[in-house]
Amino acid sequence: MSLRTYILSLSDNAMILGHRLSELCGHGPTLETDIALTNISLDFFGQVRSYLQYLASIDGDQVTEDTLAFLRTEREHHNCILLEQPNVDFAHIIMRQYLFDVFQLLQLEQQMLSTDETIAAIAAKAIKEARYHQRFSESWVLRLGDGTEVSHTKMQTALDTLYPFVHELFTQNDWEKELVEQGIASDVKGFESRYYDTVFQTLKSANLSKDDIINRYAQGKNGIHTEHLGYILTELQYMQRAYPNMQW
Amino acid sequence: MGDQIQLEELFQQRIDAGGKIEPKDWMPEKYRKTHIRQISQHAHSEIVGMLPEGNWITRAPSLRRKVGLLAKVQDEAGHGLYLYSAAETLGISRDEMFDQLHTGKAKYSSIFNYPTLSWADIGTIGWLVDGAAIINQVMLTRTSFGPYARAMVRICKEESFHQRQGYEIMLGLAQGTPEQKAMAQDALNRFWWPSLMMFGPRDEDSPNTELSVKWKIKRKTNDELRQQFIDITVPQAEYLGLTIPDPDLKWNDERGHYDFGEIDWDEFWTVVKGNGPCNTERLKARVDAWEEGAWVREAALAYSEKQVIKKNQKAKLAS
Repeated sequence: MSLRTYILSLSDNAMILGHRLSELCGHGPTLETDIALTNISLDFFGQVRSYLQYLASIDGDQVTEDTLAFLRTEREHHNCILLEQPNVDFAHIIMRQYLFDVFQLLQLEQQMLSTDETIAAIAAKAIKEARYHQRFSESWVLRLGDGTEVSHTKMQTALDTLYPFVHELFTQNDWEKELVEQGIASDVKGFESRYYDTVFQTLKSANLSKDDIINRYAQGKNGIHTEHLGYILTELQYMQRAYPNMQW
Repeated sequence: MGDQIQLEELFQQRIDAGGKIEPKDWMPEKYRKTHIRQISQHAHSEIVGMLPEGNWITRAPSLRRKVGLLAKVQDEAGHGLYLYSAAETLGISRDEMFDQLHTGKAKYSSIFNYPTLSWADIGTIGWLVDGAAIINQVMLTRTSFGPYARAMVRICKEESFHQRQGYEIMLGLAQGTPEQKAMAQDALNRFWWPSLMMFGPRDEDSPNTELSVKWKIKRKTNDELRQQFIDITVPQAEYLGLTIPDPDLKWNDERGHYDFGEIDWDEFWTVVKGNGPCNTERLKARVDAWEEGAWVREAALAYSEKQVIKKNQKAKLAS
């Protein structure tokens, strides 16, 4: 059961952020960023498919990647709530991306060593994508943080809004602790300080200020979300709910 | 004056011999202007065309379909990118072209002013709209302006993949439940006639073709291309078990082509003139993306200027 929840939490992080990015397709500030963000969204959905196909093979019976992706309730989603935060503006999009990219890269490095071969294999593939994602989002944090006064203010606002959600990335539930002991899950506590070192350094270079750790109430990993997730799922699941049991 | 005539003759001889005109070559002003107009409008069609399909990305019915659609819409952004680059070689900037789009000076393909109301519309757009686009565009791979012809080679390859992907969506629906089949039929009913309109007005109402033929922008007339599309598409619809919404559609043995009913040209001109079902929304989406992105583009520019200054200061200190 723990493994199941863990795979869902990895997959839901990718799926919900992938969904947020897919909302932007065709609306980016330049064609180049539009293409890049769609690319990142595609990478995330690729990861989702790998995770959910693996989970479907464990669950067996009638379970498929699509029943897992489209037929769960809000409470059955285990993503961190940072990832469901809305696309307020390009500053929020980039900041959300960067704060997660640094985390995911460190997490994947650890997952490559997982005793679960499939999780290790998925990580080995995804890490190449994650390196590119971090390069992209970091370069934009620098550009916008240290660009104009307007862009700086917008980035600082985005940081102030999103930063409190970071803490949840490093919380460990009982099911996660159990898997860490078994060598299956990555130990987020093990790379927490590296995460903050990296992030603070980038923020400093971008003239953005944040140097403390804020602990905001967040229970996304346990399936308790912000009100945003319900609307994401309403769109995401529309076809599967309106036309059940059909092939597409 | 004599020089000018001689240059024009040499220019035309080169085109007639199948040679390519490159950006730095001499070209008549009208050739340059016509190409800027055509290539930029083509680029605009690609990026406005992202919107009706983008409308279904968040609601795609399966992960496989979602990934396919995301990749497809991303391809269209890529097509826009290389077409804008091809037009830029003729001495216009991307910003100027965007401005022409946003102010309504430049047109884009009218088909994108129709709404996508169901998932089947995504299949239908791939099948019919990309299908019609390919017929229009294949001849452009041999057009006389080099950058345009080369961009079109790549675009046509991707479009034909999109067309197959769209047809495959339709096949799934046609073989699915009664609801899925009804969805597919409804989409065909709404998109059939607008797809035929993609080939432009009837030949007798289409000015400007003489130069286009001379410069190899056009090798066949609107009506010829439209007929070719219908002849290819009717058997595909039959295979799907769908009915084309045209009671006059009938094989004509004598002509070796399908006869078809009259296109509603009033509708065509209404949409072209800006009063189609989604013209306002499509243009607004593009203008909003541009305006909301202004601060981002300004910041990127300011940042790169700062980097240059920093680099120069470092070099100064070092020397």
